[in-house]
Amino acid sequence: MRRFLLIFTPYVWLLALFLVPFLIVLKISLSDTALAIPPYLPVIEWSEGWQGFKDFLSQLDFENFTWLSQDDLYWKAYLSSLKIAALSTLLTLLVGYPIAYGMAQAPDEWRPTLMMLVILPFWTSFLIRVYSWMGILGNEGLLNQFLLWTGVISEPLHIMNTPTAVYIGIVYTYLPFMILPIYAALEKLDSSLLEAAEDLGCSRLSAFWLVTIPLSKNGIIAGSFLVFIPALGEFVIPSLLGGSGTLMIGKVLWEEFFSNRDWPVASAVAVVLLLILIIPIILFQRNEQKAREADQ
Amino acid sequence: MRRFSWFNATSLTLGFVFLYLPMVILVIYSFNASKLVTVWAGFSTRWYGELMQNEAFLDAAWVTLQVAVSSSTIATVLGTMAAYVLVRGGRFLGRTLFSGMIYAPLVMPEVITGLSLLLLFIGIGLDRGIFTIVLAHTTFSMCYVSVVVSSRLVSFDKSLEEAARDLGCTPMQSFWLVTLPIIAPAVLSGWLLAFTLSLDDLVIASFTAGPSATTLPIKIFSAVRLGVSPEINALSTIMIAIVTVGVISASLVSKRSVARQQREELEAVKS
Repeated sequence: MRRFLLIFTPYVWLLALFLVPFLIVLKISLSDTALAIPPYLPVIEWSEGWQGFKDFLSQLDFENFTWLSQDDLYWKAYLSSLKIAALSTLLTLLVGYPIAYGMAQAPDEWRPTLMMLVILPFWTSFLIRVYSWMGILGNEGLLNQFLLWTGVISEPLHIMNTPTAVYIGIVYTYLPFMILPIYAALEKLDSSLLEAAEDLGCSRLSAFWLVTIPLSKNGIIAGSFLVFIPALGEFVIPSLLGGSGTLMIGKVLWEEFFSNRDWPVASAVAVVLLLILIIPIILFQRNEQKAREADQ
Repeated sequence: MRRFSWFNATSLTLGFVFLYLPMVILVIYSFNASKLVTVWAGFSTRWYGELMQNEAFLDAAWVTLQVAVSSSTIATVLGTMAAYVLVRGGRFLGRTLFSGMIYAPLVMPEVITGLSLLLLFIGIGLDRGIFTIVLAHTTFSMCYVSVVVSSRLVSFDKSLEEAARDLGCTPMQSFWLVTLPIIAPAVLSGWLLAFTLSLDDLVIASFTAGPSATTLPIKIFSAVRLGVSPEINALSTIMIAIVTVGVISASLVSKRSVARQQREELEAVKS
């Protein structure tokens, strides 16, 4: 009985508040927009019993998905989200790897402090960290003031409200997610392998390419997915730093729902986004599984 | 053979400057006398004073705190149960679905989680307010708690539980007397994680909050959309200060307890 309750409570909670809501999204994505409350059709007529349910099923269709595939806006939003997420993952890797590498090479007594310095921003509000760039990147922002003052540029750069600002925001906020798995992989690396490579005539640089990078592969893959997956559906960064110049699907969904009040289209956008995400999620799970098996 | 080269030192320095400079600037400019955020006009604590008088922000902070405390507490209970079921529960009907539902919210985009919960609340006619935000936050943070707790459960020696059972403990007693004290640090960090996630969350709260309840992130977001404001800088500084003090003291406490544990183990070996 106790065992039953132990399993039952979290199970039912997740069924009711995770699975059922998702099925509702799926259902509404197949409905039509209507000027009613709730603003979609059809609604199940429970009073008519089985016939009501059958009528309901027959009225569902894929119209919203056809609409998504025909309207340029959605195509562009999905593609530009994919592009922004992929490119900023690469940038985060380029910025994060040297930091993780430096941490792994640092003297032992520094490491707890360095770890804490990487983790601290993670506990700080995401919103505040994105906001902190607004004062820096603006046309009269500190970066432009500084560059004008040093004479590097003669006219202010337009960074705010462009995709560049979104890249900076993603790299900045997701950097700890990239550093930590890479550092975990580098820390385990057996340094005698590097010695062996150098004894056999490798230069330091080629030993790095041929030994260190391949052995930290799992960390690189895990870090990249940890950045790519949330970046794809990101809403806060494009809406604060990207302005109207950046199209990302998370923002489109938000506006479809809150500004246009088009629930069926918003739901269809969500379903397609999830279908796109399933591929990287499965790849990520596989990589984790492999890493775990390799550890044992 | 570790060699800490110039390259390593430079990349660490540049990396940490990149991570911390924006926040340092934010903190400095919260003490700016001018209303123009990017022009320095002398030191002043004026914005902190104005913040303390801003009732809307104070109300939102209170709502946020209530939501964070209650959702993280429920999430810790449910998440620990879920972790125990996953690691020690053996086989039961629908186990795959269960573990799938634990991991899926971790990778689910917030906009989708928020949208789906809102549609559920509207569908069952639940009035949106503090209660619905708590439900929403509990749902995603219990999954984080369960991941943290189950990683601890996996690594600890099952024979301790079995010994307790052999000595006559009921399953409940062996959980309360043996398992829980051992996994307590993980449960606590799960709670802290859930608490911070709830404090930070903007997207899911925006979907599930009604007009009657506004959380601090929602308030900050709507203020910040219009541009940079010195009051928000002051608010951010306070939040950064709380987090910094919290994280540093938590890490000092855990360092001490690890040291104590090592000492006790050493003494046990000696005797």
